[in-house]
Amino acid sequence: MSDISTSAMEGPRGPRIRRTFSRHNIVLYGTLFIVAVYYVIPLYVMIVTSLKGMPEIRLGNIFSPPLEITFEPWVKAWGEACTGLKCEGLSIGFWNSVRITVPSVIISIMIASVNGYALANWRFKGANVFFTILIFGAFIPYQVMLYPIVIMLREIGLYGSLTGLVIVHSIFGMPILTLLFRNYFTSLPEELFKAARVDGAGFWGIYFRVMLPMSVPIFTVAVILQITGIWNDFLFGLVYTGPESYPMTVALNNIVNSTQGVVEYNVNMAATIITGLVPLSIYFVSGKLFVRGIAAGAVKG
Amino acid sequence: MSSKRPNQLFRNMPAKVAAIPMVVTALFIFVGGTAWTVVYSFTKSGLLPRLKWVGLDQYERLWGTNRWLVSIENLAIYGICMLVLVFVIGFILAALIDQKIRFENTIRTVILYPYALSFVVTGLVWQWILNPEFGVQGIVRDLGWQSFTFNPLYSPQIAIFGVLIAGLWQGSGLVMVLMLAGLRGIDQEVWKAARVDGIPTWKTYIFIVIPMMRPVFITTLVLVVTGIVKIYDLIVAQTGGGPGIATEVPAKYVYDMMFQAANLGQGFAASTMMLVTVALIIIPWAMLEFGGKRRV
Repeated sequence: MSDISTSAMEGPRGPRIRRTFSRHNIVLYGTLFIVAVYYVIPLYVMIVTSLKGMPEIRLGNIFSPPLEITFEPWVKAWGEACTGLKCEGLSIGFWNSVRITVPSVIISIMIASVNGYALANWRFKGANVFFTILIFGAFIPYQVMLYPIVIMLREIGLYGSLTGLVIVHSIFGMPILTLLFRNYFTSLPEELFKAARVDGAGFWGIYFRVMLPMSVPIFTVAVILQITGIWNDFLFGLVYTGPESYPMTVALNNIVNSTQGVVEYNVNMAATIITGLVPLSIYFVSGKLFVRGIAAGAVKG
Repeated sequence: MSSKRPNQLFRNMPAKVAAIPMVVTALFIFVGGTAWTVVYSFTKSGLLPRLKWVGLDQYERLWGTNRWLVSIENLAIYGICMLVLVFVIGFILAALIDQKIRFENTIRTVILYPYALSFVVTGLVWQWILNPEFGVQGIVRDLGWQSFTFNPLYSPQIAIFGVLIAGLWQGSGLVMVLMLAGLRGIDQEVWKAARVDGIPTWKTYIFIVIPMMRPVFITTLVLVVTGIVKIYDLIVAQTGGGPGIATEVPAKYVYDMMFQAANLGQGFAASTMMLVTVALIIIPWAMLEFGGKRRV
C-alpha cells in the first residue's frame, strides 16, 4: 500500500519528462558545472595561495594545491604585514572596521526603522516629498557629495574620526533602509495599527509593542544588508578617516599595493581572504535573507 | 485662525520628530550638498573652496585634459561591455537555473557569493589570477605554449578588459538573482499556451517572456548603470589606474583631484559631469516609471 502511494507521489508533475542522461540534461548540467567552476576558482586560488610558502609559489602555478600547508602567511597578514613604513598587519584595520560597522549598523537601522514606520503609519503633510528626494538621492554619485560632507564634518570637529564615518554611513544607508522598512510596515494589516490606536497606544507604544515584535525578519535583512555594505566600503573609509583609523578594506589595499620590499603573494592573499571572511560568512549563513536584502533594493513599493 | 496654526504644526509630532534625520539628509546632504558642488564647479577653487567665479573654465580644462578623456572612454567601454554581458550572462544563467534543475540552491549560492565580497577583494584576487608570471598566462606557457600571451593588466590597450572580467565575476550574480525572480513571476499558463501553439522555447523567451519582464529589466538596468558610473574601488585595487593612465575612470579622477592634487575646482566639475550622466539615465526612467504622478 505505502509503495503505491509513494510511487504515485513521485509521478510526473509538470514538464519534466526527460530521461536523466538525455542530451539536453548533459548540456544543461555541463554548462552549469563550468559556470560554477568559473565562479569558485578565485576563492579557491585565494585559499590555496594563502596556504603556500613563497618558494612553492615561485615554482608552481596558482591552481596547484599546496604541497606543504603553512599558516604563516595568515599570521603574518594579521599581525605584521607592512603598509609603507609601518608593519602592523591587518588586525588594526579589522578592529577599526568592527568599531565602524557595529555602531553604523545599529544607528542607521534605528533611524530608518522609526522613519519607515512614520512614513507607513503616521504620514504627515510633506512626508512624501522628502521621501522622494531621499530615494532619488540614492542614485546621486557619492563623488558629488564627498566634499560638502568633508566641510560639514570639519565644522563639527569629526573629520578624520570614526564617529564622523559612522555618521556618513548612517546617512547613506538611509534611502535603502527607509524604503525597506516603509514597504514592510505598509504590508502589515492596518487593523493591527487601528486596534492599538483604539486601545490608546501612541506613536512609540505601537512601535515598540506592536511593530517591533512583528518585524524580526525585516530587521535581520537590514542587518545583513548593512553589515556587508559597510564592511565592504572603501571610498568613505578612505575619505573620512585618517591613517590611524582606516577600515580593513583600505588597510588591505595599502598592504597589497604598497610597492616597498619583496612582494609576498601568499601574505597578500591571506590578507585578502581575511578581509572577505566577515561578509562571506554572513552570506553563507544567511542564505535566502541575503537575497531578500538585495531584491529589496530593486523592487520599488 | 491664530490658534489653529501651532495646532497644525504640532499635530502628529512624534512622526515629525522621527522623520528629522530623513528631512535633514534629504535637504542638507542630497539637495544642499549636490547644489553646493555644482555651484563651486564654476569657481576657481584650489586647495580650499572659494567663491571666485570663473564661469565654465573648469569644464573647458576638464574636457581638454587627456586623463579625463581617457577616463570617459574607459567608462564607456567598460560600461557598454559590462551592461551587455552582465545582462546576457545573468539572463542565460537565470533561464538555465529555472529549468527545474537539481542543486538549484548550491548553484545559486556559488554564482552569487562574489557579490558579497568587496570590490577591493575582487580586484586583488583578479590581479593575482591575471598576474603574467604566475597566473593564467604563466600556466599556459608552462604547459608548453611558450608564445601564449594573455596579459591584460600590463597591456595598456586591453587593461580595461582585465577589470571587466573581475567586474563581471562580481556583479553577474546580482543580475542572475533579479532575472530569476522575474522569471518566477511569469505565469506558468504562458508557457503552457506557448507549448500548445508549438512555439520553440527560445522564441517564447525572446518574444513573450522578456517583454513581460520589462519592469524587472528596467529596475535592474538602473541598478547596474548607477553601479557602473560609481566604479572606483575595483580600479584602485586591481590596477591603480595603470598601466600609465590606461584604466583611469571618472570617479578616480574626482578623488585624485580633490584629495591629492589640491585642485578642488576640477574635482567639482568632474563630479558634476558624473551627476549629469546619472541624471540622463534616472530622469527618463523616473518619468516612465512614475509617469507624471508622484508615487514612489
